[in-house]
Amino acid sequence: ENVRLLDRLSSRRAVVGTLYLTATHVIFVENGSDTRKETWVLHSQISSIEKQATTATGCPLLIRCKNFQVIHLVIPQERDCHDVYISLIRLARPVKYEELYCFSFNPKLDKEEREQGWKLVDLNEEYNRMGVPNNYWQISDVNRDYGVCDSYPTEVYVPKSATAHIIVGSSKFRSRRRFPALSYYCKGNNASICRSSQPLSGFSARCLEDEQMLQAIRKANPGSDFIYVVDTRPKLNAMANRAAGKGYENEDNYSNIKFQFIGIENIHVMRNSLQKMLEVCELKSPSMSDFLWGLENSGWLKHIKAIMDAGIFIAKAVAEEGVSVLVHCSDGWDRTAQVCSVASLLLDPYYRTMKGFMVLIEKDWVSFGHKFNHRYGNLDGDPKEISPVIDQFIECVWQLMEQFPCAFEFNERFLIHIQHHIYSCQFGNFLCNSQKERRELNIKERTYSLWAHLWKNRADYLNPLYRSDHSQTQGTLHPQIAPCNFLYKFWSGMYNRFEKGLHPRQSVTDYLMAVKEETQQLEEELEVLQERLANLQKSQSGNNKVKSKQQDRSKQFGLYTSNNSLANTPQEYSNDLKSFPSRSPSQGDEDSALILTQDNLKSSDPDLSANSDQESGVEDLSCRSSSGGGCLPSEDSGKDSDEAVFLAG
Amino acid sequence: LLRSSQPLTGPNRRRCREDEQLLGTILAEGERGFVVDTRSAQAAKQARMGGGGTEPKSSYPRWRRLHRALERGRPLQESFARLVEACGEPGPSVERWLGRLEGSRWLSHVQAALSTACLAAQCLDREGCSVLVHGAEGTDTTLLVTALAQLILEPSCRTLEGFQGLLEREWIQAGHPFQLRCARSASCHGRAKQEAPLFLLFLDCVWQLSRQFPLSLEFGEQLLLTLFDNAYASAYGTFLCNNERERSLCKLKESTHSLWAWLNQPEEKQKYLNPLYSHNPLVIWPSVEPQSIQLWQGFFLRWIRPSQHLDEAQAEIRRLVEGS
Repeated sequence: ENVRLLDRLSSRRAVVGTLYLTATHVIFVENGSDTRKETWVLHSQISSIEKQATTATGCPLLIRCKNFQVIHLVIPQERDCHDVYISLIRLARPVKYEELYCFSFNPKLDKEEREQGWKLVDLNEEYNRMGVPNNYWQISDVNRDYGVCDSYPTEVYVPKSATAHIIVGSSKFRSRRRFPALSYYCKGNNASICRSSQPLSGFSARCLEDEQMLQAIRKANPGSDFIYVVDTRPKLNAMANRAAGKGYENEDNYSNIKFQFIGIENIHVMRNSLQKMLEVCELKSPSMSDFLWGLENSGWLKHIKAIMDAGIFIAKAVAEEGVSVLVHCSDGWDRTAQVCSVASLLLDPYYRTMKGFMVLIEKDWVSFGHKFNHRYGNLDGDPKEISPVIDQFIECVWQLMEQFPCAFEFNERFLIHIQHHIYSCQFGNFLCNSQKERRELNIKERTYSLWAHLWKNRADYLNPLYRSDHSQTQGTLHPQIAPCNFLYKFWSGMYNRFEKGLHPRQSVTDYLMAVKEETQQLEEELEVLQERLANLQKSQSGNNKVKSKQQDRSKQFGLYTSNNSLANTPQEYSNDLKSFPSRSPSQGDEDSALILTQDNLKSSDPDLSANSDQESGVEDLSCRSSSGGGCLPSEDSGKDSDEAVFLAG
Repeated sequence: LLRSSQPLTGPNRRRCREDEQLLGTILAEGERGFVVDTRSAQAAKQARMGGGGTEPKSSYPRWRRLHRALERGRPLQESFARLVEACGEPGPSVERWLGRLEGSRWLSHVQAALSTACLAAQCLDREGCSVLVHGAEGTDTTLLVTALAQLILEPSCRTLEGFQGLLEREWIQAGHPFQLRCARSASCHGRAKQEAPLFLLFLDCVWQLSRQFPLSLEFGEQLLLTLFDNAYASAYGTFLCNNERERSLCKLKESTHSLWAWLNQPEEKQKYLNPLYSHNPLVIWPSVEPQSIQLWQGFFLRWIRPSQHLDEAQAEIRRLVEGS
């Protein structure tokens, strides 16, 4: 009790409340006569806990989350703080999968619905959509028992001329047995993107089957007489690998390949880069200078650009040159996944739809054995394996969305929620390190699919500017490569997600979605009225003229007047003026992280309340349309809660 | 909200009864006021040597002085030039770009300007106190602060018409020396001592506001770009000369056309209106955290990056709001 929750931006905004620890969450409930603002944090989200030196006010405890939320608590008694600290350390480091939230999460769906949820994304359907199997590509079940490669799926697509013998032989020559397999096939020109891991070539080793495999890939594209082999590592690293008996393809040994290095740094560099960037985000009152220098020193945007550039190179090779590309890094499950999925996104507008994006992640990340557990710490493991690999991919998508606002069917919130759930372990999609492990754990029978959950709430994730017939949504996207370093922006929506004061106070997306809905409603009404008019005119003589009531389209949307009172509180612009009250009576209460009052737990995004018992699982869409944006169920807007708080306080 | 130039206190701490009386009349019985001096305390003190200075506490007991150093003059011009140069250079490295952005210090100036304007606005709105803003001459950073403060506080300044009125009052009639400040723009090397992009800084700050409150300004980026263009080179007389006196001597009103008249024509006006606008009666308080202040790409990358996709997005927004 009597724990204080501090706000980074304003020390005046410390609130006092009670801290609870449950089996699955940390909960802070604010004291207050009418309001009981709650902040919920899933244990899975906790990245690190820091206990700082006791001060006069108490013992500070910082909880840093994987979704970039930072909770700064001050616990009055040092001993209590220590207890909390020890407990959290244990709770945040589960040892068994069964401890994870997804095994106890209950959205109250029946068995069939759960199954249906898992069937929403079907990779076979996807490969068929691409156009395989066909004359050039076949499906191979050589890995049906994971006997060839235990981090690959049971079904992979390989060139027609790749026999089982070639596949097996090639797999023995590849790190982790990850032989070249199809990631994306371009129907239009037969060019493809294949992925693998590094060859175990050392300085001079060769493997006939592996060479045949690459030939097979080339032959599967009659439109080109060579393929690109793209090694996404920096040249130096790749060369160093040779001393360990691994390395990269020698152009002399493999007929008709053009080899290319695209230097993307490894997981350790990326982990440190993110760390440095987060340190900048945690600075108290940084100057513009501090911020920009800090951002530069972290190198984060440079890495994002490197991944993007690689994707662009591959997309160009496929779309413009009609040449197939084989991509690998070291083990073919990190940089390879990033680069293949960025390239696919650029090439194929399907992946820019909501469903398509889910499919993309399922294909290039989940099925191809990206090590979710190791990378995102589902279970307690080696800290050196942790790295923000998929976060970087998600950011690449966001950067693209900023450059091409009409090209994606989904919005920023979709990306943020996906990132959130990769770490939350509330759903079973991103557990373990491979398909094999997930099957062994029976994930599909014991947990729920995130995709079904997101799909159900898809109205929240739509981009109002998306039109499937728009020029931006068709065909390949062509982002500029150089000179456009300045086009990469710092994603404060993600890395400062919970600091609402930093973001634009008004959401264009939400506004436009509301407009779209209202337009639709009005159009429907118009139709109905026109029908009625027609009927009336038929049944009566022309004397009784019934005017159809055309709604005045220019009337101000009442939707958004309430939004103006949304936490429009001035910051601390000056230290001199300490006498300023922190809120003006004319304006609403300020926003803060994760505001979930008891009232709106029902309508708010169940993602973050994760209060399984209260979750209705059925979104109340009607409240949005009729009252005109009255309660947008998004955990980010916190709009309802502000209003509720404001009205109550 | 008041503005002036610096008091001519001088090294001998001169007093002026009339000035003290004037400031006295502004405050009601028992009220206090704030003086926002856009120079650092150091600079303001040094100004005394040149005959200028600040309002001494003893002579103006009910006015509390706050210093917020805002850049002006040559350093601001250099900041601008450096940024433009950094944007134009096609280097491959993202890293160095951020360093160059920081090195230009342009965003720091934007942040400082917004922050000072917010401070003034806070004094007015939250403390209910009168505020006097001045720098040295009262023609540069002073106007920046008073104009921005009004945009923050006053919803009527955020309409297209109101904004034009704001510009007329706080920049043109208030005597910002456009002719001296807006002669050559970023390509200006060397001599031009009086050249400084204060007006651009103002427009950048307005853009920052529009980014943070996309529904609250009746006008869009296109207007800001047009205003910038016309401040430097124009077919209209609105931004000519340095002050009202010069305009009167030139017989400006008789011999030129007004930019506002042209802008306000129905066909032209359409281009400048923000389709997302919806009247916001409240004060809009921007965030001045570094993450909230972004590079005004529409201006600085105007001729560098293709705007096709963003233009399409704008068109789509229009289409959605205005109905197909």
